[in-house]
Amino acid sequence: MSRRINWPLWSGFALSIAAFFSYFSFFILFPITRDVPWATLILFAFAIVLLVIGLRKAVGRRIVAWIVTILGILVCVFFCFAIFLATKMLPASQGAPAIGAKAPGFVLLDTNRRPVALAQLLAEPSTKGVILIFYRGYW
Amino acid sequence: MEEHLAELRAAGIQPLAISVDTPEESRDLSKKAGYTFPLLSDRNAETIRRYDLLHKGAGEHGRDIARPAEFLVDRNGIVRWRNLTGDFRIRARPEQMLDAARQLR
Repeated sequence: MSRRINWPLWSGFALSIAAFFSYFSFFILFPITRDVPWATLILFAFAIVLLVIGLRKAVGRRIVAWIVTILGILVCVFFCFAIFLATKMLPASQGAPAIGAKAPGFVLLDTNRRPVALAQLLAEPSTKGVILIFYRGYW
Repeated sequence: MEEHLAELRAAGIQPLAISVDTPEESRDLSKKAGYTFPLLSDRNAETIRRYDLLHKGAGEHGRDIARPAEFLVDRNGIVRWRNLTGDFRIRARPEQMLDAARQLR
């Protein structure tokens, strides 16, 4: 009996892994695919379809096919958990300056390691204001 | 954000992004995403703490990072608008910021 690679099964699994990493390395950079990860979820949907096709196709070594399929689905489940649930747990930030309060000053380095002072920016004649955008960071 | 930068600048508002990333990490991000506004490095999260935005252990390798938030600050250093988001992915839509920004004198 010839050993044939179950392409749908393995490509489905590979696509599931690729979908996961594609979000954190690419789709997350663009608000349209970051806020609701529709592109990634579509990739996961294709991956799961492939896995199920591969599972049904599997003759012999069905345990392996089941394990691969379940792992591929678990990657998707983990992604959904990470994105939709884990991120809701944010600190209260009750001490954050409210509207009408003074924004704490700072001097921080820019991407060229040059210091940027809030007070200095606000003092520039052409500046009506500054918008401070605090973000998680590049990960 | 990048698309609305021209409108923000026209309204006389300077955007500043702040995170715990090093200047080098920010430079990579800025290049990749094509940002033209400054990305500032608050490595030890001192400023982040002063704004009470610290999110302990939430970063890569358990790093302390900032939770996302935006503050529109006027010429006198007063906060005129702010947005504390409940979800790291959904940050303020520029339209909201622009409305507040246009009210500044």
